[in-house]
Amino acid sequence: MVQAPERLIGAEVKRKEDPRLITGQGTYVDNLKFVGTAYLAILRSPYAHARIKRIDASRARVHPKVLAVFTGEDLRRDGIGSIPVGWLLPDIKLPPHYPLAVDKARYVGDGVAAVVAEDRYSAYDALSLIEVEYEPLPAVVDQEAATRPGAPQVHDEAPNNICFKFAMVAGDVNRALAEADGVVRQRIINHRTSGSSVEPRAAVALYQPATGELTLYNTNQNPHLIRLLLALTMNYPEHKIRVIAPDVGGGFGTKIYLYPDEVVACYAAMKLGRPVKWVETRSEYLRATVHGRDHITDFEVAYKRDGTITGLKVTTYANLGAYISPFAPLIPTFLYVPMLHGPYKLPNVSAEVYGVFTNTTPVDATRGAGRPEATYLLERMVDLVARELNMDPADVRRKNVLEPFENYQTPLAFVYDSGNYPATLNRALELVDYARLREEQRRLREQGRYIGIGLSTYVEVTGAAPSQVAVSLGAQAGLFESAIVRVHPTGKVTVFTGSHTHGQGHETTFAQAIADEFGISIDDVEVVHGDTDAIPFGLGTYGSRSTPVGLTAAYIAGQRIIEKATKIAAHLLEAAEADIVFEGGRFFVRGAPERAVTFQEVALEAYVPRKIPADLELGLEATAFFNPSNFVFPFGTHVAVVEVDPETGQVKLLRYLAVDDVGRVINPMVVDGQVHGGVVHGIGQALWEQVVYDEQGNLLTGTWLDYAMPKAPDLPSFQTDRLETPSPVNPLGVKGAGETGTIASTPAVVNAVLDALAPFGVKHIDMPLTPERVWRALQAARGQG
Amino acid sequence: MFPATFEYYAPTSLEEALNLLRQNPEAKVLAGGHSLIPAMKLRLATPPALVDLRRIPGLSGIRLEGDQLVIGAMTTYYDVQTSELVRQHVPVLAEATDVVGDLQVRNWGTVGGSLAHSDPAGDYPAIILALGAEVRARGPQGERTIPIDQFFVGMFTTALQPGEILTEVRIPVMGPGTGAAYVKFPHPASRYAVVGVCAVVGREDNICRQARIAVTGATLYATRATAAEQALQGQTLNADTIRAAAERAPEGLTITGDRVFASEEYRTHLVRVLTRRALMAAVEKIR
Ligand SMILES: Cc1cc2nc3c(=O)[nH]c(=O)nc-3n(C[C@H](O)[C@H](O)[C@H](O)COP(=O)(O)OP(=O)(O)OC[C@H]3O[C@@H](n4cnc5c(N)ncnc54)[C@H](O)[C@@H]3O)c2cc1C
Repeated sequence: MVQAPERLIGAEVKRKEDPRLITGQGTYVDNLKFVGTAYLAILRSPYAHARIKRIDASRARVHPKVLAVFTGEDLRRDGIGSIPVGWLLPDIKLPPHYPLAVDKARYVGDGVAAVVAEDRYSAYDALSLIEVEYEPLPAVVDQEAATRPGAPQVHDEAPNNICFKFAMVAGDVNRALAEADGVVRQRIINHRTSGSSVEPRAAVALYQPATGELTLYNTNQNPHLIRLLLALTMNYPEHKIRVIAPDVGGGFGTKIYLYPDEVVACYAAMKLGRPVKWVETRSEYLRATVHGRDHITDFEVAYKRDGTITGLKVTTYANLGAYISPFAPLIPTFLYVPMLHGPYKLPNVSAEVYGVFTNTTPVDATRGAGRPEATYLLERMVDLVARELNMDPADVRRKNVLEPFENYQTPLAFVYDSGNYPATLNRALELVDYARLREEQRRLREQGRYIGIGLSTYVEVTGAAPSQVAVSLGAQAGLFESAIVRVHPTGKVTVFTGSHTHGQGHETTFAQAIADEFGISIDDVEVVHGDTDAIPFGLGTYGSRSTPVGLTAAYIAGQRIIEKATKIAAHLLEAAEADIVFEGGRFFVRGAPERAVTFQEVALEAYVPRKIPADLELGLEATAFFNPSNFVFPFGTHVAVVEVDPETGQVKLLRYLAVDDVGRVINPMVVDGQVHGGVVHGIGQALWEQVVYDEQGNLLTGTWLDYAMPKAPDLPSFQTDRLETPSPVNPLGVKGAGETGTIASTPAVVNAVLDALAPFGVKHIDMPLTPERVWRALQAARGQG
Repeated sequence: MFPATFEYYAPTSLEEALNLLRQNPEAKVLAGGHSLIPAMKLRLATPPALVDLRRIPGLSGIRLEGDQLVIGAMTTYYDVQTSELVRQHVPVLAEATDVVGDLQVRNWGTVGGSLAHSDPAGDYPAIILALGAEVRARGPQGERTIPIDQFFVGMFTTALQPGEILTEVRIPVMGPGTGAAYVKFPHPASRYAVVGVCAVVGREDNICRQARIAVTGATLYATRATAAEQALQGQTLNADTIRAAAERAPEGLTITGDRVFASEEYRTHLVRVLTRRALMAAVEKIR
């Protein structure tokens, strides 16, 4: 008899994918070798804004190793169009985004021409042989300045560089401000960062002239979406295109989109009839792969003497960069504005967002996408109110967080699915021993040492997207996820998912949940993803959607399989279907557990029928498309403890605690991994990472010598803890854990630093909190004091 | 990330290397490659030929000659870091090596390369300068010895002539009554010094008999903070005199800043703070 396995959901199962990835046996795009491969390199504009007057590639073309040189005109002549925008808004301006610039280059890094050569070195050599005559134009980098009269125009189609305006209102903010006991006004800058996956982008395009089949191996998070956008951009039939995203070395949002370079690779493969490989360098990644964040925000907050926050008025200028990246309109709108209540009661909110073109790299979703910006604003807001009232920031949070609920209609738009915010807040305060920490802080201040304690109480939205909800909010698209679960004759199972794993560990977590569902061993479940020819049409992985939407689809397909298997078991056991119980991998007759067949025996019968009646369809396989009824809303409280050297302004992170509630947990170790990585990501933004342009639009942080990635020696070991409030939205009760760390940690760290600086009267410093910025704020405060 | 085409030579004697350099005036010497190769990959450097020193015997190793510790040009950071001789006679050099780059850099990077490169943010240039060492070089005209005070002449430029190869550095051993420390404020991205200060202090009867202070990171190349040195000379060594001397550290230095991380003004401030900290630590270490 088969031993029923231990319950896998909730177990710390080691990741199935790790042995492959750790021993260097992963299949990354650049590992792929095809006979006859040619190499693509892109010539990028050194100017932020310039008219392209002439391109002379004659010297490059005669280079002995060069196979072809293409310009934007060549692509247009051959019918390659503009990269479409995947998320539309009312009155949005949609200037074209051609894979290679046609009339003007609009940011440093904009592709201007492409070389295909026999080898990479020659391709890069040939770039310097292309002569481009540019007429440099004045550039605009700052998104607020870009909307002022007389600013350089990035696109003729968008007057004043405004791509869209978006607004939402709940309650009556002006009244709240008028009736408040106090009002704080603050400008905050949520600066630009780079997703900085360890693997940059890469593509190999193959074309079979005989069949017209175009295959693109590509570092992406969502092969079907890439295929769809590619078909639309290239005017090429979708069913003739296959997109494969094999092992991908991190995405963090930056690999959701169809980029120009991948289109050029496909075009080149079709023109030359040879495999064409393109692998981005790190310097290119920092210029040509989307950036994140970049908001300039002014807010006013109304509060009562007792700490109750009554109103929030927000104006945000969101920098979109030079072109609209496919998801860009979604980020500073639906993923930002409706989250401006956060975990708080906050009844009156009004927000206005301007999406603005500038001469910079396009901005789109990176880890958190919109929610980090909202959370940062809210958490700074709470601490500023606490400072004004001379209240403990924990008390202001206690005063304002929502009571435990299920299905709470927020005033702006969303219905939060489930939450218990006081529980995570209290748990975090208890675990850090908050009162003692404050005492220690007082003691150290007397010795001239400045430690600070920062809280961040957050809620975020994941599980995109319930299509009906999204559409009712004015979005012109919704999302779902798909899965096929195929049981093989021996009872082994393959799960084909539309989700994509590039670090998240789905090969393990999905297998855990499905193995549990069928009562079989995790070794008997294989998860297949990332190939449009293998999986059902799916929408991929971003916004922490894989578990709540993708795994749920697989789970529902599994339920359909169990339903059918029960029918088969009933025949095998010669019992009524209603009397069959399925438990621990065995089907048995109620009340007679010894009359049983195993899952494996049923599977065999489904393919090698002996007792199945003719009217029962053979096989054991099911497909499900899950379109959830609502989003899901993970939440929690994080605490950072820092010490600031008042002489140099250097910040040292001493301690970090994350208490999260991401709904039901499939694998605590995997969730911890996501939380750790996310927290580091958010700390990086708070203290180190920043993309900087000068006024002319030159990129000053074009390599990792200047763009400061977080590093292990700068981080303490993290403490994590969890509560589990199941979501009512899906049968597994799961939410999402990929971004909570990033969303929560940035404000926790910034609040901690400002808490440390409280004795000096410093109230706010914009990120990243570099030593010089902290030092300057102290200088300024001392000057006043 | 894809360098331009170049020739590669791997001579097995110094004479052969010098000949190759004579025949290829634009060629570059290759040591550990941890400054040169990144520059080539970004095409900031496009030498037509490289002359690799790694197969030349006798260019690496650490030995004591009289009151000088002699370190061969091809000796790696790792060898310095783990050398008993260095720990005993010039401990600051072994200690400071802990903060140079990372493990890989320390396994590949060489003493000669770090000095010959004269990186504005290099650590060794400041340390070797503060230690008052001298450098030996072989060139078409034979061998010569260059006092370290004359060695660094600009950003990425030294007193080495075209075709000359640095063969060793000779550091005076630190006798009784001397102490030294290197304090580095690393850039969060590159880990190079935003500012680094090395202080070497000689004390007799609690009076400062000698102070050599060298600054890196803030200046175009490793430079001595002579105003601070003079301010300390002949003074009783205590927190106040050290603070007063450190305040003067930026005097006479050409300090440059960047627009992303640390401005000229901030680096000037750091030069003061780090000089004070380095001096305090150096005094602490006096044996
Ligand atoms: C990731 C990374 C981090 C780093 N971090 C630091 C750091 O924190 N601090 C720091 O100080 N440095 C750092 N470095 C630089 C490192 O220390 C270099 O190795 C060192 O500066 C140069 O030594 P090398 O042997 O690698 O020289 P190479 O790169 O081989 O050569 C450098 C230059 O010196 C010339 N040269 C080399 N040897 C001789 C010789 N014997 N005679 C004449 N000319 C010669 C070469 O022609 C070349 O112009 C880092 C490097 C990397 C890649």
